[in-house]
Amino acid sequence: MLRLPAFQLLRPATVAEATRMLAELGPEAAPLAGGTDLLPKMKRRQLQPRYLVSLRGLRELRGWSGSPEQGLVLRAGCTLAEVAAQPAVRSAYRALAQAVAVCSNPILHRMGTLGGNLCLDTRCNYYDQTEHWREAVGWCMKAPGPHSPQEVPCRVAPGGGRCWAVSAGDGAPALIALGAKVRLVGARGERVLPLEDLYRDDGIRYLDKSPDELVVEVLLPPADGLRSTYRKVRRRGSLDFAALGVAAAVRQDPDGTVASCRLVLGGVASRPLVLEEAASLVVGRRLEGEVLEQVSQAVHRAVHPMDNTDFTVLYRRRTAPVHVRRALEALAS
Amino acid sequence: MERVVRLRVNGQEHRVLVPPHRTLLEVLREDLGLVGTKHGCELGECGICTVLVDGEPALSCLLLAQELEGHEVTTVEGLATDGQLHPVQQAFVDSGALQCGYCTPAMVLVTKALLDRVPEPSGEQVREAVAGVFCRCTGYVKILEAVQAAARRLRETGRPSGCGS
Amino acid sequence: MRVLKERERVWNVVGQRLPRVDGWAKVSGRAQYTDDLSLPGMLFGKLVRSTHAHAKLVSVRLERALQLPGVVAAITGRDVPVRYSVFPVGQDETALAVDKVRYVGEPVAALAAVDPYTAEEAARLVEVEYEPLPARMDLEEALRNPEPRIHEYGPFGNVHRLASLEFGDVEVGFAEADHVREDLFFYEGSTHAPLEPHSALAWWDPGARKLTLWTSHQGPHYLHRGLAKALGLEEHQVRVVVPAVGGGFGGKLDIFHHEVCAAKLSMLTGRPVKITLTREEVFYAHRGRHPELLRIRTGVKRDGRITAMHVEAYLDGGAYCSFGPATMLYAGTQQPVTYRIPHYRFQAVRVFTNKPPCGPKRGHGTPQARCALEVHLDKLSEELGLDPVELRLRNLTGPNELTVNWLEITSNGLRACIEKVVEASGWHERRGRLPYGRGLGFACSAYLTGAGGSIYYSDMPHSEVHLRVDRSGGVTVYTMATEIGQGSATAVATIVAEVLGLQPQDVSLVTSDTDLTPIDLGSYSSRVTLMVGNAAYEAACRVRDLLFEAVAERLQVPRSRLVARSRRIFDEANPQVGGSFAQAAQWAEARFGCLATSGSYRPPQKLGTYKGSGVGPSPAYTFSACVAEVQADPETGEVKVERVWVAHDIGRALNPVLVEGQVEGSVHMALGEALMEEQAFRKELHRGPSWLDYKVPTVYEMPEVITFLVETEEPRAPFSAKEVGQGPLLCVVPAILNAIADALKVRVDEVPATPERVLKALEEQRKGRTGRVGPTKVPPFSFPPPERVPRPQSWEEAAQPA
Repeated sequence: MLRLPAFQLLRPATVAEATRMLAELGPEAAPLAGGTDLLPKMKRRQLQPRYLVSLRGLRELRGWSGSPEQGLVLRAGCTLAEVAAQPAVRSAYRALAQAVAVCSNPILHRMGTLGGNLCLDTRCNYYDQTEHWREAVGWCMKAPGPHSPQEVPCRVAPGGGRCWAVSAGDGAPALIALGAKVRLVGARGERVLPLEDLYRDDGIRYLDKSPDELVVEVLLPPADGLRSTYRKVRRRGSLDFAALGVAAAVRQDPDGTVASCRLVLGGVASRPLVLEEAASLVVGRRLEGEVLEQVSQAVHRAVHPMDNTDFTVLYRRRTAPVHVRRALEALAS
Repeated sequence: MERVVRLRVNGQEHRVLVPPHRTLLEVLREDLGLVGTKHGCELGECGICTVLVDGEPALSCLLLAQELEGHEVTTVEGLATDGQLHPVQQAFVDSGALQCGYCTPAMVLVTKALLDRVPEPSGEQVREAVAGVFCRCTGYVKILEAVQAAARRLRETGRPSGCGS
Repeated sequence: MRVLKERERVWNVVGQRLPRVDGWAKVSGRAQYTDDLSLPGMLFGKLVRSTHAHAKLVSVRLERALQLPGVVAAITGRDVPVRYSVFPVGQDETALAVDKVRYVGEPVAALAAVDPYTAEEAARLVEVEYEPLPARMDLEEALRNPEPRIHEYGPFGNVHRLASLEFGDVEVGFAEADHVREDLFFYEGSTHAPLEPHSALAWWDPGARKLTLWTSHQGPHYLHRGLAKALGLEEHQVRVVVPAVGGGFGGKLDIFHHEVCAAKLSMLTGRPVKITLTREEVFYAHRGRHPELLRIRTGVKRDGRITAMHVEAYLDGGAYCSFGPATMLYAGTQQPVTYRIPHYRFQAVRVFTNKPPCGPKRGHGTPQARCALEVHLDKLSEELGLDPVELRLRNLTGPNELTVNWLEITSNGLRACIEKVVEASGWHERRGRLPYGRGLGFACSAYLTGAGGSIYYSDMPHSEVHLRVDRSGGVTVYTMATEIGQGSATAVATIVAEVLGLQPQDVSLVTSDTDLTPIDLGSYSSRVTLMVGNAAYEAACRVRDLLFEAVAERLQVPRSRLVARSRRIFDEANPQVGGSFAQAAQWAEARFGCLATSGSYRPPQKLGTYKGSGVGPSPAYTFSACVAEVQADPETGEVKVERVWVAHDIGRALNPVLVEGQVEGSVHMALGEALMEEQAFRKELHRGPSWLDYKVPTVYEMPEVITFLVETEEPRAPFSAKEVGQGPLLCVVPAILNAIADALKVRVDEVPATPERVLKALEEQRKGRTGRVGPTKVPPFSFPPPERVPRPQSWEEAAQPA
């Protein structure tokens, strides 16, 4: 059996205590929520924190409040299954309900949390491997083994000087399309920011937050007629991460003319990719015919995946426009 | 830090000295001798080590034993009572829903959890319930049949599925 | 062997949908698998594996590992230098690499520690120095670069084995043809992926000087021999015991490094040592499907009758022999079993590459060639303007005939299988009339019910069974038949119960223990039901004779009127005259003493005498036919298999539930090979040795499976029961490919038919080229001229003008 490395388990009673612990312990500590991403990575020695700060007991992180009319607040400790079953999410924020419902598999839904899903480590074929495999390939920039990150190139694009690991969470594209914000609490206070601003285009430093900051809440704006959907491309109907995730949210006039549109892709870059040009093309028009063709072309121009997930790069580029178009078609009907 | 943890497993309380990095899977198999819970990857992928925590399926390879105090754990050993198979187990045997048997403890437990919540599941609900556990032998055909057979049996006998927890 | 006379009656348990005998243990969590076992003082072992695909091993230093507190012993290749293999011709593996490593993941050191954490930590402290050599990661690369050789044996370069055979004269056959077609096909490697990782627990008893190995294995006999050789022990000093096995599929048949190393470490420490592989290591243990390139050329008359066929197979064997010599020959044996081929040439080469060794996976060596053939025949039928089913029907073999390659077909239900799936799927009404994107595909196949030859030469039986009846009425069967989930225990218990008038669960089984159970060669080649079944049948009949004789004497009833049924032995004409089974056992024990009988089984002599004729013969063949229905997405290339109709000539189903389970499981494994599973490599490494990256289909990909069991009379099989574990897989893969072609009018001549490949074929078509993806050339290699094998007399007579 693969075993966990030794660590100390800290069990704070409040979020404030948790952030204090994280601030004091610095980079050697990691927050533990559902454990579905962190613990396998520790078993494969991709990550080896000496301290785990467990968020499991924190009541502050459980539950939700609000409504589709006023806006919905989902606390970060909700499991993905709870989010998927939440009536307001199912009725008014469908993209989110669909996204969390297709995360990994149904058992992991009950274990993984919303906060954990939003902070999901970036993924890569050269990184998400066992210790022996990574040693055999000569390690990589994101997990350089006995070396420093400067000494080891990215195995995907060795000359690029950066890590290209991919943002593969399902929750983030859906929530960004829905215009969600997140509340972070750290040792030195709290802040609210648009979810898309949480992410950076860097496979290693993929979150724009300090290590002591915790995502505590997701704030969804009033639904206000927003219609949304999420499509996921993966080889199998269970377990697999998104080789492509498409979140689309539109607000339409009664005649079908699009008043606003957000398109966000997961699985193609180190952060969720917001397709601004493609989305702007449909505003003021109906989701049909020529418009969708123009959107497809814009998507094709915007999507440049690297060869580090399932499916070939060529395939992912070819089919991304198809899936975006289908997402919009689903919203049109 | 090692500490003594009180674990409730199959209705029985155990006191076990465990370090923080020890998973529920390891404690069940190696400290409590409950080897009915199998392991297939220890990475949360195959679902073979599934147990029920407070009645819901969870992967024992990704749970820290120290975090389970105050929770009720059910393993396959907790299903049969007085030498009588649980109706779900009986349905698996009768339907031929097992071959090598290695995924069977997990399959039986996810089925029990489903039927405790949803006595009359749709085909889609059944598929969803078993989708977290890999089977390499059966092609799932007879497993899906067994879940529906178990549901019928439980509805007909009115027997609560919740024994052992 | 006894003549089976019991055909025409109503069976007690044969054919009943009864629960399997190991059902209770498995569903209750009580079944014990190897890793569930512990012994007092047990140590935990761990293998250290190569990080290079091809390298000289300069040094392996254990000092730092041995200094770690809790580490008890550590070994390198120098401690276990003896070469071994299941195949007498292929003694090329050692338990730990000695001078060089040949694939990433090959073990280079092993150690044992007091707990698994220490063992894992110590493995990191072993220092290995390599001198890298160029690695050859596929067929073409290995053939193009003969130096440096991966092995120092084999005919030349990186060629491991060769075959070149001709039955009849293909040039004559092609000259008679009205039409000749040639196709290329590539079948990617795949692995068994049993859910239970391999595990072995070794205990060396220094007093008795005896080694006991509990191991998750499907061929304890060959392992027994191999272990003794690798460890320098006499065979009687080794005992192999197989507890419950969590799936095999051919992946637990070889002699594995961890088994030899656990044994050696136990011998060195005097303590039990257990080594359980991680999931990653299971992918390195492999012995799975060979990646294989095939070229098939077939000549046909205008009406579709085959006049000649030439098959070339190029097998990528990975780094060692394993079962490769047989795998290679199986690429050519089964084509003439389904179709009459008057002139047949078969040429094959197996090549070493720097990857985990390939070996036997469900269907052993035949799925690749079967898939290529059935896709090829589909194209041929299209060219001839014939329905694909019709083309097959015009070439079908029948019962009781000899194939051109000297295989003896006895029962043959292929025609009935075809009729079943064609009718049920609405083939004639629906094919060609479905909307674009939806398609139907058809294919046939055949498989062996047990290999007629053992892997090492011997004229001894292949299966033996001991049976004991005690005065309580208890019946115990001792058999080495290894239950890996396929149902061998239930099959044996059913046969014995049928003969003795009991229920299967009345029969106690002692299985797979080389000290306690008589020989069976193993759970491979679908041999157990027929071979162990026949031995068990014989033993049961012998003990029944004793019981009948004693009852007849005691009750003064004519022996011929006695029957065993419902746990009684009684006068059929006067049923109240008789006794319980236990009573009968006591009378018989009083009359004869200890009630113990044996049975044994040896397959018929092979008929071919050519080199390689040992591979292919079987006492009986099974036949299968499949129609698959797919929905394919022309924009994304995604293929969903919605429904699969499979008909299988089972002879007779001892237990239909278990037989259906084998068909359904075969469909699942075939689906994976057809659409998504790949044992593929990137930068000299396995692309993703995990459940996440290796794409075994989930419940969501499974189609509806409609199974038909076709019954035929098979005098060589117990109660006519033939195999089902492997045959039904074979036709499903090509049926899916043919369905994709029907749906999208493009050809994916390569498995897995991933969305990428389907889309590429569509793009080729859109560009005005042939809508096809797949290989376009064979590697640079010339086969030696074929050995000319005379055809059986029946073929020569058929060839004479009337």
